[in-house]
Amino acid sequence: MSEKNTKILRRDFLKAASRLIPGGLLFIMAPGTQALLAAVEGKEYDPSEHNYAMGVDIHKCIGCGRCADACKKENDVPREPTFFRTWVERYAIPSEGEARVDSPNGGIDGFPEVKDDRDIMRSFFVPKLCNHCTNAPCVQVCPVGATFTSPDGVVLVDREYCVGCRYCIQACPYGARYLHPEEHVADKCTFCYHRIREGLLPACVEVCPTKARVFGEVGQRSSPMHRFLRLNDVTVLKSWLNTKPKVYYAGADGEVR
Amino acid sequence: MNSILFSFGVMAAEAHGITGYIYPNEFELHWGLLVVLYPYLTGLVAGAFILASLERVFNVKVIMPVYRLSLLTALAFMLVAPLPLLAHLGHPERSFEMFLTPHSQSAMAMFGFVYAWYLMVVLLLEVWFDYRKDIVIKSREKRGIKKYFYKILTLGSTSLSEKALQFDNKAGRLITIIGIPSAFLLHGYVGFIFGSVKANPWWSSVLMPIVFLFSAIVSGIALVLLIYIVTSLVRWKQLNMACVNKLAEFLLYAMLVDFSLELLDFIQRLYESEESIAILSEMVSNRLFISLIITQIILGSLVPMFSIIMARFGRLPDELRRILYFLAAILVQVGIFSTRWNVVVGGQLFSKSLRGLTVYKLEIFGLEGVFMTIFLLLLPFVILYILTKVLPPWSDSDKSMSAPQG
Amino acid sequence: MQIKKRTNIKFNVPQQLIPLGILFILVITALIVARYLLVPPTFGELGHYRSQAIEDNLAHPMSYAGYYSCNECHDDMMELKNQSNHRGVACEVCHGPAAKHIEDPSEYLPDAPRDRGFCPLCHGYDPARPSGFPQIIPALHNPGHACIFCHDPHNPLLPHAPEECSACHRDIANQKAVSHHATLDCTECHVVAAEHLTDPRSALAQKPVERALCGKCHADDADASKGIPRVEMASHGQRYLCWDCHYPHSPEAY
Repeated sequence: MSEKNTKILRRDFLKAASRLIPGGLLFIMAPGTQALLAAVEGKEYDPSEHNYAMGVDIHKCIGCGRCADACKKENDVPREPTFFRTWVERYAIPSEGEARVDSPNGGIDGFPEVKDDRDIMRSFFVPKLCNHCTNAPCVQVCPVGATFTSPDGVVLVDREYCVGCRYCIQACPYGARYLHPEEHVADKCTFCYHRIREGLLPACVEVCPTKARVFGEVGQRSSPMHRFLRLNDVTVLKSWLNTKPKVYYAGADGEVR
Repeated sequence: MNSILFSFGVMAAEAHGITGYIYPNEFELHWGLLVVLYPYLTGLVAGAFILASLERVFNVKVIMPVYRLSLLTALAFMLVAPLPLLAHLGHPERSFEMFLTPHSQSAMAMFGFVYAWYLMVVLLLEVWFDYRKDIVIKSREKRGIKKYFYKILTLGSTSLSEKALQFDNKAGRLITIIGIPSAFLLHGYVGFIFGSVKANPWWSSVLMPIVFLFSAIVSGIALVLLIYIVTSLVRWKQLNMACVNKLAEFLLYAMLVDFSLELLDFIQRLYESEESIAILSEMVSNRLFISLIITQIILGSLVPMFSIIMARFGRLPDELRRILYFLAAILVQVGIFSTRWNVVVGGQLFSKSLRGLTVYKLEIFGLEGVFMTIFLLLLPFVILYILTKVLPPWSDSDKSMSAPQG
Repeated sequence: MQIKKRTNIKFNVPQQLIPLGILFILVITALIVARYLLVPPTFGELGHYRSQAIEDNLAHPMSYAGYYSCNECHDDMMELKNQSNHRGVACEVCHGPAAKHIEDPSEYLPDAPRDRGFCPLCHGYDPARPSGFPQIIPALHNPGHACIFCHDPHNPLLPHAPEECSACHRDIANQKAVSHHATLDCTECHVVAAEHLTDPRSALAQKPVERALCGKCHADDADASKGIPRVEMASHGQRYLCWDCHYPHSPEAY
């Protein structure tokens, strides 16, 4: 079955289903729908056929912090300003001296007004999150196998198995991990694994008003991610550490780290 | 130890807050006082064992009076070493998973195995073979519960024949030979846990395991020296000055190597002057000034090295020597504890964004607090006291003069 | 005792090794049994982890319903919004997670932020925001009024065309305001079509292309006030355009 046909069938099915069952039910029984959809499409979800990645376009980011807010709401991340699965940093690079960076409450409540922007040469926002590294140091150092790369390329945490030694937090070069204050296990971005497996976008991508965040699959020509990688000069963060991140940045300044 | 903790407390209070930018998740410092304690304790174990092996394998007969004492010291500290790690886990009840499903690529996963190997195969066996003769004799002489206790300790192996004793000796020697690389492994491995974290420029260094190892030897020798001096005082026995002199000598050599290695690491970092150098320099000159420059380098290395040189090679009366050795050994302990602090806590005081410094807020009460640390520091001494009651390590038990046994 | 004697004779094993050997075997057996009993059933199926953990992650409930789900009931709003400058903005950006609302529309109502603090999260002035993105300084922009008093968030057309370029190009305006070019209108150098004010991307403002534009004031024979720095256009800068070196919004003071 071709890609297009599958999509049409999928849409028709959703339409039909929405008439038969009250709209909301569709989401309550999400796993069931997935199975049904799979039946309609004639194949089951094969994780090894997928390889997810995210693109962030610095030029489009307006630093509204909606991504960080949505992430906390979607994933029950503690609301305190010291736990983030994703956050937004603001860079201000003066004509002389060190770059100034801030991220008050991850950017959720907005950024303090810049009183005097005369000495600022360049300024921009950088959303940060787990890079879902292909060569993930956190996965390497986990002593018990409680953090791992799923067959579809997402780095996940096993909350039932994590001993809370925090070696992974030390090993992450990006500060993307924290210890969950109630669960006492390591926690971090999952690319909203529960959403993407249902064909939805991660919450942060969903709410990004300027489409600065792009999500999709590497190697699938019809994916927005493919287009992002084709049209932009992309970089990854701290490439010299050879972690091979799957979060790609377009327009990221050399000062970003 | 109180004094060190106090000085760190003051240091933590002096630091006012976060400077520059840190990643929001870095607000909480993840490896605190207990993780400082862990390499400190394993260092003492490895150091004490290596000291013991000097007598056994390299035939340094003059340190015979402390041979058994250092073995028991190693054992006592080994029993406590995993406790701070356990107490610091988010889920201590899941710690057994490290034995069930150790991740072969994880440096930490091997902890359980290295620990089990060292405790069960090296230390316990060595102590057992070394004490078997005494245990068997005690199981015959003692009465009541004690008799049965020692009987169980013999594990049913009660022969005191010439051949059996000879085998004890041979086995002990063999285990010590295995034990030396094992002790190197134990602490070198702890160094590797830190040295292999490429995300952290303060830790990531190929010298880390070696520096850990030599500082372990330094701390172990100093600890045995301390315990020997104190126990002799308490037991009203005369100190074997030849032995103490030799210990101080070894301590000095180990310190020289340790200090040179650390200096090399320092110079290399300064000379390479990588991206992280600015924030690391700022950290050393602000946050770590007291614990690194003052406590670790000046008080913990230079002063004791100088006083040992004076005491060992100067013409001083024995009383003064003893006092100098004693003070040097105490300063060395303070220094090595600072070393562990500077590695573990220092590695987390700067942001991985290399743009800011954070503060470590020392807990007083609680599972990871100062009191817990003091408790865990005293516990091995309690265990050691019990061990010396059960298995007396003294070679001078009946005489007031200390005379090494043949 | 008998077993021991026999082994002694047969293999000449030192007496000490027998209890140790037994202990060793016991420990190893205990470990193997413990491993067998305690390793989670799905561990190692796909890699060195519990594959059940993937299912555990999937089981997390969704809060955000996704772009299309609002369309089921609110297609009129959606249509309006899709004609406007907010066409790319999903409903849940402002209204918050809506999965519960879809589940039970009357019980759970999504947020509808109305206070003045909300819109500036995107539209407050910040030099880090891309130039051209509509930005206001909340303290100066109709203080005290709710945003929705003038703007319909579902169709955020401006109540009137902006009077100042700084409405969207604040960062440039700020720089220009303190520079030697402070008194120059933007239109002195840029040609701005009327549509640019209402639909900026359909008709971008034109940037200068010729050196002669700067020469109008800065050429040594220009008819302009005396204080203005002059250069000989023929020799100065050669093949470079003026703005290859000088930033017109904040030209050097010397």
